[in-house]
Amino acid sequence: MDKVRQVSVFSENKPGRIEKITKIFSQEGINILAISITSTNGFGIIKLLVDKCDLAYEKLKENGFSVNLSEVLAVEMKDSPGGLYEVTHILSENGVNIENAYVYVVESRARAYLLVEVKDIEKAKEQLSGTNLSFFKYDDFKS
Amino acid sequence: MPSNELRELQLERLRETVRLAGENVPHYKKLFADMKIKPSSIKSLDDIKKLPFTTKMDLRDGFPFGMFAVPQSEIVEIHTSSGTTGTPIVVGYTRSDIDLWGEVMARSLTMAGVSKDAIIQNGYGYGLFTGGLGVHYGAQKIGATLVPISAGNTKRQIDIMCDLGTTHITCTPSYALYLADSAAEAGLIKKIKLKAGCFGAEMWTEKIRDEIESRFSITALNIYGLTEIIGPGVANECEHKNGLHIFEDHFYPEVISPETLEPLPDGETGELVLTTLTRQGTPMIRFRTRDITSLHREPCKCGRTIVRMARITGRSDDMIKIRGVLIFPSQIERAILEVKGVEPHYQIIITRPQYLDEMEVQVEISKKMFSDEIRHIEDLRKTIERNIEKAINLRVKVSLVEPKSLPRSEGKAKRVIDKREL
Repeated sequence: MDKVRQVSVFSENKPGRIEKITKIFSQEGINILAISITSTNGFGIIKLLVDKCDLAYEKLKENGFSVNLSEVLAVEMKDSPGGLYEVTHILSENGVNIENAYVYVVESRARAYLLVEVKDIEKAKEQLSGTNLSFFKYDDFKS
Repeated sequence: MPSNELRELQLERLRETVRLAGENVPHYKKLFADMKIKPSSIKSLDDIKKLPFTTKMDLRDGFPFGMFAVPQSEIVEIHTSSGTTGTPIVVGYTRSDIDLWGEVMARSLTMAGVSKDAIIQNGYGYGLFTGGLGVHYGAQKIGATLVPISAGNTKRQIDIMCDLGTTHITCTPSYALYLADSAAEAGLIKKIKLKAGCFGAEMWTEKIRDEIESRFSITALNIYGLTEIIGPGVANECEHKNGLHIFEDHFYPEVISPETLEPLPDGETGELVLTTLTRQGTPMIRFRTRDITSLHREPCKCGRTIVRMARITGRSDDMIKIRGVLIFPSQIERAILEVKGVEPHYQIIITRPQYLDEMEVQVEISKKMFSDEIRHIEDLRKTIERNIEKAINLRVKVSLVEPKSLPRSEGKAKRVIDKREL
Protein backbone atom coordinates (compact mmCIF):
# COMPACT_ATOMS: atom_id res chain seq x y z
CA MET A 1 0.00 0.00 0.00
CA ASP A 2 1.50 3.37 -1.00
CA LYS A 3 1.93 5.90 1.77
CA VAL A 4 -0.54 8.53 0.61
CA ARG A 5 -0.01 11.92 2.18
CA GLN A 6 -2.13 15.02 2.09
CA VAL A 7 -0.76 18.54 2.39
CA SER A 8 -2.61 20.69 4.96
CA VAL A 9 -2.23 24.45 4.84
CA PHE A 10 -3.37 27.07 7.32
CA SER A 11 -5.04 29.98 5.62
CA GLU A 12 -6.78 33.14 6.65
CA ASN A 13 -10.25 33.33 5.21
CA LYS A 14 -9.71 36.12 2.70
CA PRO A 15 -9.50 36.60 -1.05
CA GLY A 16 -6.33 35.51 -2.80
CA ARG A 17 -5.12 32.76 -0.47
CA ILE A 18 -5.98 29.76 -2.65
CA GLU A 19 -4.82 31.77 -5.62
CA LYS A 20 -1.40 32.11 -4.02
CA ILE A 21 -1.17 28.41 -3.21
CA THR A 22 -2.23 27.30 -6.66
CA LYS A 23 0.14 29.77 -8.30
CA ILE A 24 3.05 28.14 -6.47
CA PHE A 25 1.84 24.71 -7.60
CA SER A 26 1.46 25.85 -11.17
CA GLN A 27 5.01 27.26 -11.24
CA GLU A 28 6.41 24.05 -9.76
CA GLY A 29 4.42 21.71 -11.99
CA ILE A 30 2.50 20.17 -9.12
CA ASN A 31 -0.84 18.65 -10.02
CA ILE A 32 -3.75 18.85 -7.60
CA LEU A 33 -5.79 15.65 -7.53
CA ALA A 34 -8.25 16.56 -4.80
CA ILE A 35 -8.92 19.49 -2.51
CA SER A 36 -10.94 20.05 0.64
CA ILE A 37 -11.52 23.32 2.47
CA THR A 38 -12.88 23.76 5.98
CA SER A 39 -13.19 27.13 7.64
CA THR A 40 -14.36 28.70 10.84
CA ASN A 41 -13.96 32.09 12.59
CA GLY A 42 -11.86 33.78 9.95
CA PHE A 43 -9.42 30.99 9.21
CA GLY A 44 -9.40 27.60 7.61
CA ILE A 45 -7.43 24.56 6.64
CA ILE A 46 -6.99 23.61 3.01
CA LYS A 47 -6.18 19.96 2.43
CA LEU A 48 -4.76 18.82 -0.84
CA LEU A 49 -3.89 15.54 -2.48
CA VAL A 50 -1.16 16.28 -5.02
CA ASP A 51 1.10 14.20 -7.20
CA LYS A 52 4.33 15.54 -5.63
CA CYS A 53 3.59 16.01 -1.95
CA ASP A 54 7.16 16.54 -0.71
CA LEU A 55 7.84 19.24 -3.28
CA ALA A 56 4.50 20.88 -2.49
CA TYR A 57 5.33 20.85 1.23
CA GLU A 58 8.78 22.40 0.70
CA LYS A 59 7.57 25.09 -1.65
CA LEU A 60 4.67 26.14 0.58
CA LYS A 61 7.00 26.30 3.57
CA GLU A 62 9.48 28.40 1.62
CA ASN A 63 6.67 30.80 0.87
CA GLY A 64 5.86 31.22 4.55
CA PHE A 65 2.79 29.02 4.88
CA SER A 66 2.03 26.92 7.96
CA VAL A 67 1.96 23.52 6.36
CA ASN A 68 1.81 19.90 7.39
CA LEU A 69 2.05 16.50 5.71
CA SER A 70 -0.09 13.69 7.04
CA GLU A 71 -0.97 10.23 5.88
CA VAL A 72 -4.50 9.38 4.74
CA LEU A 73 -6.25 6.28 3.45
CA ALA A 74 -7.06 6.53 -0.24
CA VAL A 75 -9.57 3.85 -1.08
CA GLU A 76 -10.68 3.15 -4.63
CA MET A 77 -14.41 3.10 -5.34
CA LYS A 78 -16.78 2.95 -8.27
CA ASP A 79 -18.19 6.31 -9.37
CA SER A 80 -21.68 4.93 -9.63
CA PRO A 81 -24.66 4.50 -7.28
CA GLY A 82 -23.65 2.32 -4.36
CA GLY A 83 -19.91 2.92 -4.86
CA LEU A 84 -19.42 4.89 -1.65
CA TYR A 85 -21.69 2.48 0.22
CA GLU A 86 -19.53 -0.51 -0.74
CA VAL A 87 -16.40 1.17 0.58
CA THR A 88 -17.84 2.62 3.79
CA HIS A 89 -19.49 -0.68 4.52
CA ILE A 90 -16.10 -2.40 4.53
CA LEU A 91 -14.60 0.37 6.63
CA SER A 92 -17.32 0.13 9.27
CA GLU A 93 -17.30 -3.67 9.23
CA ASN A 94 -13.62 -3.52 10.10
CA GLY A 95 -14.06 -0.88 12.79
CA VAL A 96 -12.43 2.06 10.96
CA ASN A 97 -13.89 5.43 12.01
CA ILE A 98 -13.82 8.31 9.53
CA GLU A 99 -12.63 11.61 11.05
CA ASN A 100 -12.80 13.55 7.80
CA ALA A 101 -13.13 12.56 4.15
CA TYR A 102 -13.16 13.95 0.63
CA VAL A 103 -13.22 12.51 -2.85
CA TYR A 104 -10.97 12.41 -5.90
CA VAL A 105 -12.81 11.45 -9.07
CA VAL A 106 -10.38 9.96 -11.59
CA GLU A 107 -12.78 8.98 -14.33
CA SER A 108 -16.25 10.42 -14.18
CA ARG A 109 -18.93 7.70 -13.85
CA ALA A 110 -16.21 5.08 -13.53
CA ARG A 111 -13.54 5.39 -10.88
CA ALA A 112 -12.93 7.58 -7.80
CA TYR A 113 -10.99 7.54 -4.52
CA LEU A 114 -12.31 8.21 -1.07
CA LEU A 115 -9.63 10.04 0.94
CA VAL A 116 -10.10 9.24 4.58
CA GLU A 117 -8.49 10.77 7.63
CA VAL A 118 -8.42 8.46 10.60
CA LYS A 119 -7.08 8.83 14.16
CA ASP A 120 -4.58 5.97 13.94
CA ILE A 121 -3.45 5.34 10.38
CA GLU A 122 -1.29 2.28 11.12
CA LYS A 123 -4.09 0.57 12.97
CA ALA A 124 -6.56 1.35 10.19
CA LYS A 125 -4.19 -0.08 7.56
CA GLU A 126 -3.90 -3.25 9.58
CA GLN A 127 -7.65 -3.51 10.01
CA LEU A 128 -8.14 -3.21 6.25
CA SER A 129 -5.26 -5.44 5.16
CA GLY A 130 -7.37 -8.57 4.68
CA THR A 131 -10.15 -6.87 2.75
CA ASN A 132 -10.54 -6.71 -1.01
CA LEU A 133 -10.27 -2.89 -1.10
CA SER A 134 -7.90 -1.33 -3.67
CA PHE A 135 -5.77 1.61 -2.73
CA PHE A 136 -4.28 4.62 -4.49
CA LYS A 137 -0.84 4.20 -6.15
CA TYR A 138 1.28 7.25 -7.00
CA ASP A 139 2.66 5.42 -10.05
CA ASP A 140 -0.76 5.55 -11.69
CA PHE A 141 -0.68 9.35 -11.60
CA LYS A 142 2.79 10.32 -12.79
CA SER A 143 2.56 13.31 -15.03
CA MET B 1 18.80 54.00 58.55
CA PRO B 2 15.63 54.97 60.51
CA SER B 3 13.01 56.30 58.14
CA ASN B 4 12.78 59.77 59.69
CA GLU B 5 16.53 60.24 59.23
CA LEU B 6 16.21 59.01 55.68
CA ARG B 7 13.41 61.53 55.02
CA GLU B 8 15.59 64.33 56.36
CA LEU B 9 18.50 63.27 54.23
CA GLN B 10 16.26 63.10 51.17
CA LEU B 11 14.82 66.57 51.87
CA GLU B 12 18.26 68.09 52.29
CA ARG B 13 19.48 66.44 49.08
CA LEU B 14 16.33 67.42 47.18
CA ARG B 15 16.88 71.08 48.08
CA GLU B 16 20.48 70.83 46.95
CA THR B 17 19.40 69.26 43.66
CA VAL B 18 16.85 72.05 43.11
CA ARG B 19 19.58 74.60 43.77
CA LEU B 20 22.09 72.88 41.49
CA ALA B 21 19.60 72.46 38.64
CA GLY B 22 18.00 75.89 39.07
CA GLU B 23 21.34 77.69 39.01
CA ASN B 24 23.11 75.75 36.29
CA VAL B 25 20.81 73.88 33.91
CA PRO B 26 19.27 76.33 31.40
CA HIS B 27 16.10 74.25 31.10
CA TYR B 28 15.40 74.29 34.84
CA LYS B 29 16.70 77.84 35.31
CA LYS B 30 13.99 79.15 33.03
CA LEU B 31 11.22 76.89 34.36
CA PHE B 32 12.00 77.60 38.01
CA ALA B 33 12.14 81.34 37.34
CA ASP B 34 8.72 81.23 35.61
CA MET B 35 7.25 79.14 38.41
CA LYS B 36 9.02 81.11 41.15
CA ILE B 37 10.68 78.01 42.59
CA LYS B 38 13.67 78.30 44.91
CA PRO B 39 15.37 75.67 47.06
CA SER B 40 13.61 77.29 50.01
CA SER B 41 10.22 76.54 48.40
CA ILE B 42 10.85 72.91 49.31
CA LYS B 43 9.84 72.77 52.96
CA SER B 44 8.92 69.11 53.07
CA LEU B 45 9.24 66.14 50.74
CA ASP B 46 5.57 66.63 49.79
CA ASP B 47 6.56 69.93 48.22
CA ILE B 48 8.15 67.94 45.41
CA LYS B 49 4.66 68.23 43.86
CA LYS B 50 5.43 71.88 43.16
CA LEU B 51 8.29 70.94 40.87
CA PRO B 52 7.76 70.49 37.14
CA PHE B 53 8.06 67.12 35.43
CA THR B 54 10.92 66.38 33.07
CA THR B 55 10.22 64.31 29.96
CA LYS B 56 12.38 62.61 27.40
CA MET B 57 11.37 65.41 25.04
CA ASP B 58 13.00 68.01 27.33
CA LEU B 59 16.22 66.01 27.19
CA ARG B 60 16.01 65.79 23.42
CA ASP B 61 15.47 69.54 23.16
CA GLY B 62 18.60 70.06 25.23
CA PHE B 63 20.73 67.88 22.95
CA PRO B 64 23.66 67.57 23.35
CA PHE B 65 24.85 69.33 26.51
CA GLY B 66 21.80 71.44 27.43
CA MET B 67 20.91 69.42 30.53
CA PHE B 68 24.39 69.56 32.10
CA ALA B 69 24.73 71.28 35.47
CA VAL B 70 28.53 71.50 35.27
CA PRO B 71 30.95 72.71 32.58
CA GLN B 72 31.76 70.00 30.05
CA SER B 73 35.33 69.91 31.42
CA GLU B 74 33.98 68.44 34.68
CA ILE B 75 32.28 65.59 32.81
CA VAL B 76 34.37 62.42 32.73
CA GLU B 77 31.97 60.16 30.82
CA ILE B 78 28.83 60.40 28.75
CA HIS B 79 26.16 57.90 27.86
CA THR B 80 23.32 58.20 25.40
CA SER B 81 19.98 56.57 24.97
CA SER B 82 18.66 56.41 21.46
CA GLY B 83 15.10 55.68 22.40
CA THR B 84 12.88 54.60 19.59
CA THR B 85 12.67 57.76 17.56
CA GLY B 86 14.69 60.79 16.60
CA THR B 87 17.54 62.52 18.37
CA PRO B 88 19.34 60.66 21.12
CA ILE B 89 19.55 62.05 24.62
CA VAL B 90 22.86 62.62 26.36
CA VAL B 91 23.64 62.35 30.05
CA GLY B 92 26.94 63.34 31.62
CA TYR B 93 28.73 61.87 34.62
CA THR B 94 31.18 63.76 36.83
CA ARG B 95 33.78 61.81 38.74
CA SER B 96 31.48 61.77 41.78
CA ASP B 97 28.59 60.50 39.61
CA ILE B 98 30.73 57.56 38.50
CA ASP B 99 31.45 56.86 42.18
CA LEU B 100 27.76 57.01 42.94
CA TRP B 101 27.01 54.64 40.06
CA GLY B 102 29.61 52.16 41.31
CA GLU B 103 28.10 52.40 44.80
CA VAL B 104 24.48 51.67 43.79
CA MET B 105 25.56 48.94 41.38
CA ALA B 106 27.72 47.38 44.12
CA ARG B 107 24.63 47.33 46.35
CA SER B 108 22.65 45.67 43.54
CA LEU B 109 25.25 43.00 42.86
CA THR B 110 25.68 42.35 46.59
CA MET B 111 21.99 41.45 46.71
CA ALA B 112 22.75 38.71 44.19
CA GLY B 113 25.52 37.45 46.46
CA VAL B 114 28.44 38.94 44.56
CA SER B 115 31.50 39.25 46.82
CA LYS B 116 35.27 39.54 46.34
CA ASP B 117 35.33 35.81 45.61
CA ALA B 118 32.75 35.94 42.82
CA ILE B 119 33.54 35.58 39.13
CA ILE B 120 31.06 37.80 37.39
CA GLN B 121 30.45 37.57 33.68
CA ASN B 122 29.07 40.84 32.38
CA GLY B 123 26.98 40.12 29.32
CA TYR B 124 25.55 43.61 28.99
CA GLY B 125 26.81 45.59 26.04
CA TYR B 126 29.74 47.92 26.69
CA GLY B 127 29.61 51.30 25.03
CA LEU B 128 27.14 54.16 25.02
CA PHE B 129 24.53 51.81 26.47
CA THR B 130 24.74 52.04 30.27
CA GLY B 131 24.36 48.32 31.01
CA GLY B 132 27.94 47.24 30.43
CA LEU B 133 29.84 49.95 32.30
CA GLY B 134 27.29 50.16 35.12
CA VAL B 135 27.86 46.54 36.10
CA HIS B 136 31.58 47.04 35.50
CA TYR B 137 31.89 49.87 38.06
CA GLY B 138 29.77 47.99 40.61
CA ALA B 139 31.81 44.79 40.32
CA GLN B 140 35.06 46.74 40.63
CA LYS B 141 33.79 48.53 43.73
CA ILE B 142 33.12 45.13 45.32
CA GLY B 143 36.44 43.78 44.10
CA ALA B 144 34.88 40.78 42.38
CA THR B 145 36.64 39.14 39.46
CA LEU B 146 35.02 40.74 36.46
CA VAL B 147 34.82 39.19 32.99
CA PRO B 148 33.97 42.11 30.67
CA ILE B 149 32.76 39.92 27.83
CA SER B 150 29.99 42.32 26.73
CA ALA B 151 26.92 41.18 24.78
CA GLY B 152 26.74 38.54 22.05
CA ASN B 153 29.13 35.79 20.91
CA THR B 154 27.13 33.04 22.55
CA LYS B 155 29.59 30.20 22.03
CA ARG B 156 32.35 32.15 23.73
CA GLN B 157 30.04 33.15 26.58
CA ILE B 158 29.32 29.49 27.27
CA ASP B 159 32.96 28.39 26.91
CA ILE B 160 34.09 31.07 29.34
CA MET B 161 31.36 30.19 31.81
CA CYS B 162 32.55 26.57 31.76
CA ASP B 163 36.29 27.24 31.71
CA LEU B 164 36.45 30.01 34.33
CA GLY B 165 33.65 28.70 36.52
CA THR B 166 31.65 31.92 36.35
CA THR B 167 29.51 32.31 39.49
CA HIS B 168 27.38 35.31 38.51
CA ILE B 169 26.01 36.64 35.27
CA THR B 170 24.47 39.91 34.19
CA CYS B 171 22.57 40.19 30.90
CA THR B 172 19.07 40.66 29.55
CA PRO B 173 16.57 37.96 30.57
CA SER B 174 15.90 37.00 26.97
CA TYR B 175 19.60 36.53 26.35
CA ALA B 176 19.88 34.42 29.51
CA LEU B 177 17.27 32.06 28.09
CA TYR B 178 19.06 31.98 24.77
CA LEU B 179 22.31 31.13 26.56
CA ALA B 180 20.57 28.34 28.45
CA ASP B 181 19.18 26.91 25.22
CA SER B 182 22.54 27.04 23.49
CA ALA B 183 24.38 25.57 26.47
CA ALA B 184 21.89 22.72 26.66
CA GLU B 185 22.22 22.07 22.93
CA ALA B 186 26.00 21.92 23.25
CA GLY B 187 25.59 19.51 26.19
CA LEU B 188 27.40 21.97 28.50
CA ILE B 189 24.64 23.16 30.81
CA LYS B 190 25.74 20.79 33.60
CA LYS B 191 29.26 22.24 33.52
CA ILE B 192 28.01 25.74 34.30
CA LYS B 193 28.48 26.69 37.94
CA LEU B 194 26.36 29.85 38.02
CA LYS B 195 24.72 30.75 41.34
CA ALA B 196 22.82 33.91 40.56
CA GLY B 197 22.34 36.73 38.09
CA CYS B 198 20.91 40.23 37.76
CA PHE B 199 18.67 40.52 34.73
CA GLY B 200 17.09 43.64 33.32
CA ALA B 201 17.09 46.29 30.57
CA GLU B 202 13.84 44.87 29.18
CA MET B 203 10.42 43.95 30.48
CA TRP B 204 10.09 40.37 31.70
CA THR B 205 7.78 38.19 33.75
CA GLU B 206 7.72 35.75 36.65
CA LYS B 207 7.31 32.98 34.09
CA ILE B 208 10.59 33.96 32.43
CA ARG B 209 12.22 34.10 35.88
CA ASP B 210 11.08 30.52 36.58
CA GLU B 211 12.52 29.42 33.24
CA ILE B 212 15.91 31.05 33.85
CA GLU B 213 16.10 29.73 37.41
CA SER B 214 15.20 26.16 36.54
CA ARG B 215 17.33 25.90 33.42
CA PHE B 216 20.52 27.21 35.07
CA SER B 217 19.60 26.21 38.66
CA ILE B 218 20.27 29.78 39.84
CA THR B 219 18.61 32.71 41.57
CA ALA B 220 17.47 35.24 38.99
CA LEU B 221 17.02 38.79 40.28
CA ASN B 222 15.39 41.76 38.63
CA ILE B 223 17.47 44.91 38.20
CA TYR B 224 16.07 48.27 37.16
CA GLY B 225 17.55 51.47 35.88
CA LEU B 226 17.51 53.96 33.06
CA THR B 227 20.08 56.12 31.35
CA GLU B 228 18.29 59.37 32.19
CA ILE B 229 18.69 58.70 35.91
CA ILE B 230 22.05 56.87 35.97
CA GLY B 231 21.76 53.51 34.18
CA PRO B 232 21.28 50.18 35.95
CA GLY B 233 21.38 50.40 39.73
CA VAL B 234 18.31 52.49 40.48
CA ALA B 235 16.69 49.45 42.11
CA ASN B 236 17.33 45.73 42.52
CA GLU B 237 15.64 42.75 44.09
CA CYS B 238 16.95 41.06 47.21
CA GLU B 239 16.89 37.28 47.59
CA HIS B 240 13.23 37.41 48.71
CA LYS B 241 12.19 38.59 45.22
CA ASN B 242 9.45 40.69 46.67
CA GLY B 243 9.80 43.83 44.59
CA LEU B 244 12.89 45.89 43.77
CA HIS B 245 14.51 47.92 46.53
CA ILE B 246 14.95 51.47 45.27
CA PHE B 247 18.12 53.15 46.48
CA GLU B 248 16.05 56.08 47.62
CA ASP B 249 18.88 57.88 49.36
CA HIS B 250 20.03 58.70 45.82
CA PHE B 251 16.86 58.42 43.70
CA TYR B 252 13.55 59.75 44.97
CA PRO B 253 10.58 57.79 43.63
CA GLU B 254 6.96 58.82 43.15
CA VAL B 255 4.14 57.03 41.39
CA ILE B 256 1.70 59.28 39.58
CA SER B 257 -1.50 58.79 37.64
CA PRO B 258 -0.50 59.08 33.96
CA GLU B 259 -3.86 60.75 33.37
CA THR B 260 -4.18 63.35 36.13
CA LEU B 261 -0.41 63.51 36.83
CA GLU B 262 -1.27 63.56 40.55
CA PRO B 263 0.87 61.47 42.92
CA LEU B 264 -0.78 58.18 43.96
CA PRO B 265 -0.70 56.59 47.42
CA ASP B 266 1.64 53.67 48.13
CA GLY B 267 0.45 50.40 46.64
CA GLU B 268 -1.45 51.99 43.76
CA THR B 269 -0.32 51.34 40.22
CA GLY B 270 0.79 54.21 38.03
CA GLU B 271 3.79 55.76 36.32
CA LEU B 272 7.13 55.86 38.09
CA VAL B 273 8.65 59.34 38.41
CA LEU B 274 12.23 59.66 39.62
CA THR B 275 14.24 62.59 40.95
CA THR B 276 17.99 62.26 41.37
CA LEU B 277 19.19 63.41 44.78
CA THR B 278 22.95 63.31 44.34
CA ARG B 279 23.68 63.49 40.59
CA GLN B 280 26.05 66.32 39.72
CA GLY B 281 26.44 66.07 35.94
CA THR B 282 22.83 65.82 34.84
CA PRO B 283 20.50 66.25 37.82
CA MET B 284 16.99 65.16 36.92
CA ILE B 285 13.85 66.60 38.46
CA ARG B 286 10.72 64.42 38.45
CA PHE B 287 11.68 62.47 35.35
CA ARG B 288 8.69 60.64 33.88
CA THR B 289 10.01 57.14 33.27
CA ARG B 290 6.75 55.98 31.56
CA ASP B 291 7.27 52.68 33.38
CA ILE B 292 4.22 51.32 35.18
CA THR B 293 4.70 50.09 38.74
CA SER B 294 3.62 50.62 42.36
CA LEU B 295 5.54 51.46 45.55
CA HIS B 296 5.53 49.38 48.73
CA ARG B 297 6.88 50.26 52.16
CA GLU B 298 5.94 47.24 54.26
CA PRO B 299 9.07 45.77 55.88
CA CYS B 300 10.98 43.28 53.74
CA LYS B 301 12.20 39.99 55.19
CA CYS B 302 15.76 40.95 54.27
CA GLY B 303 15.67 43.78 56.83
CA ARG B 304 16.17 46.62 54.35
CA THR B 305 13.83 49.51 55.16
CA ILE B 306 14.00 51.27 51.80
CA VAL B 307 10.96 51.43 49.54
CA ARG B 308 10.30 48.69 47.00
CA MET B 309 8.80 48.94 43.53
CA ALA B 310 6.79 46.18 41.87
CA ARG B 311 8.03 44.54 38.68
CA ILE B 312 7.40 46.85 35.71
CA THR B 313 4.23 45.72 33.98
CA GLY B 314 3.94 48.17 31.12
CA ARG B 315 4.64 51.59 29.69
CA SER B 316 2.33 54.52 30.09
CA ASP B 317 3.09 55.71 26.56
CA ASP B 318 1.57 52.62 24.98
CA MET B 319 -1.37 52.32 27.28
CA ILE B 320 -4.72 52.15 25.56
CA LYS B 321 -8.13 53.14 26.79
CA ILE B 322 -10.93 50.89 25.63
CA ARG B 323 -14.51 51.41 26.75
CA GLY B 324 -13.08 53.52 29.54
CA VAL B 325 -10.76 50.78 30.77
CA LEU B 326 -7.01 51.35 30.74
CA ILE B 327 -5.06 48.43 29.41
CA PHE B 328 -1.47 47.75 28.48
CA PRO B 329 -0.29 45.71 25.51
CA SER B 330 1.98 43.86 27.94
CA GLN B 331 -1.07 42.47 29.76
CA ILE B 332 -2.28 41.06 26.49
CA GLU B 333 1.16 39.76 25.63
CA ARG B 334 1.37 37.88 28.91
CA ALA B 335 -2.09 36.39 28.40
CA ILE B 336 -1.18 35.24 24.89
CA LEU B 337 2.13 33.70 25.91
CA GLU B 338 0.48 31.65 28.64
CA VAL B 339 -1.03 29.53 25.89
CA LYS B 340 1.36 26.77 24.94
CA GLY B 341 3.02 27.03 21.57
CA VAL B 342 2.06 30.65 20.94
CA GLU B 343 4.82 33.05 19.91
CA PRO B 344 4.88 36.76 20.73
CA HIS B 345 3.86 37.88 17.27
CA TYR B 346 0.62 39.75 17.68
CA GLN B 347 -1.09 43.00 16.93
CA ILE B 348 -3.93 44.79 18.63
CA ILE B 349 -6.47 46.55 16.44
CA ILE B 350 -8.97 48.91 17.96
CA THR B 351 -12.03 50.07 16.11
CA ARG B 352 -15.29 51.77 16.94
CA PRO B 353 -17.82 50.33 14.48
CA GLN B 354 -20.72 52.25 16.04
CA TYR B 355 -20.64 53.57 19.57
CA LEU B 356 -18.61 50.92 21.31
CA ASP B 357 -14.91 50.22 21.08
CA GLU B 358 -13.97 46.83 19.73
CA MET B 359 -10.64 45.18 20.16
CA GLU B 360 -9.28 42.54 17.89
CA VAL B 361 -6.06 40.74 18.68
CA GLN B 362 -4.37 39.16 15.70
CA VAL B 363 -2.02 36.34 16.58
CA GLU B 364 0.25 34.64 14.11
CA ILE B 365 -0.13 30.90 13.99
CA SER B 366 3.12 29.18 14.93
CA LYS B 367 4.48 25.81 13.91
CA LYS B 368 3.58 24.39 17.29
CA MET B 369 0.00 25.63 17.07
CA PHE B 370 -0.77 24.21 13.65
CA SER B 371 -2.71 21.01 13.45
CA ASP B 372 -4.53 19.14 10.71
CA GLU B 373 -7.64 19.37 12.75
CA ILE B 374 -9.45 22.66 12.58
CA ARG B 375 -11.09 21.86 15.91
CA HIS B 376 -7.73 21.93 17.71
CA ILE B 377 -6.80 25.25 16.21
CA GLU B 378 -10.18 26.70 17.03
CA ASP B 379 -9.80 25.49 20.63
CA LEU B 380 -6.44 27.26 20.84
CA ARG B 381 -7.98 30.43 19.47
CA LYS B 382 -10.72 30.32 22.07
CA THR B 383 -8.21 29.65 24.86
CA ILE B 384 -6.26 32.76 23.84
CA GLU B 385 -9.51 34.73 23.81
CA ARG B 386 -10.46 33.54 27.28
CA ASN B 387 -6.98 34.23 28.65
CA ILE B 388 -7.01 37.80 27.42
CA GLU B 389 -10.50 38.31 28.74
CA LYS B 390 -9.42 37.10 32.16
CA ALA B 391 -6.42 39.43 32.13
CA ILE B 392 -8.17 42.65 31.13
CA ASN B 393 -11.84 42.03 31.91
CA LEU B 394 -12.89 42.88 28.40
CA ARG B 395 -14.25 40.71 25.63
CA VAL B 396 -11.91 40.64 22.68
CA LYS B 397 -11.91 38.92 19.35
CA VAL B 398 -8.85 36.85 18.59
CA SER B 399 -8.04 36.16 14.96
CA LEU B 400 -5.37 33.75 13.87
CA VAL B 401 -3.29 34.99 10.99
CA GLU B 402 -0.67 33.40 8.80
CA PRO B 403 2.98 33.22 9.89
CA LYS B 404 5.05 36.36 9.26
CA SER B 405 1.99 38.27 8.06
CA LEU B 406 2.26 40.88 10.83
CA PRO B 407 4.80 43.65 10.30
CA ARG B 408 8.18 43.12 11.96
CA SER B 409 10.36 46.00 13.03
CA GLU B 410 13.95 46.24 14.09
CA GLY B 411 13.39 47.70 17.51
CA LYS B 412 10.10 47.85 19.30
CA ALA B 413 7.29 46.30 17.32
CA LYS B 414 4.22 48.41 16.65
CA ARG B 415 1.66 46.48 18.62
CA VAL B 416 -1.35 48.74 18.65
CA ILE B 417 -3.25 50.05 15.68
CA ASP B 418 -5.95 52.44 16.74
CA LYS B 419 -8.48 52.94 13.96
CA ARG B 420 -11.04 54.76 16.07
CA GLU B 421 -12.26 58.05 14.73
CA LEU B 422 -13.21 60.11 17.72
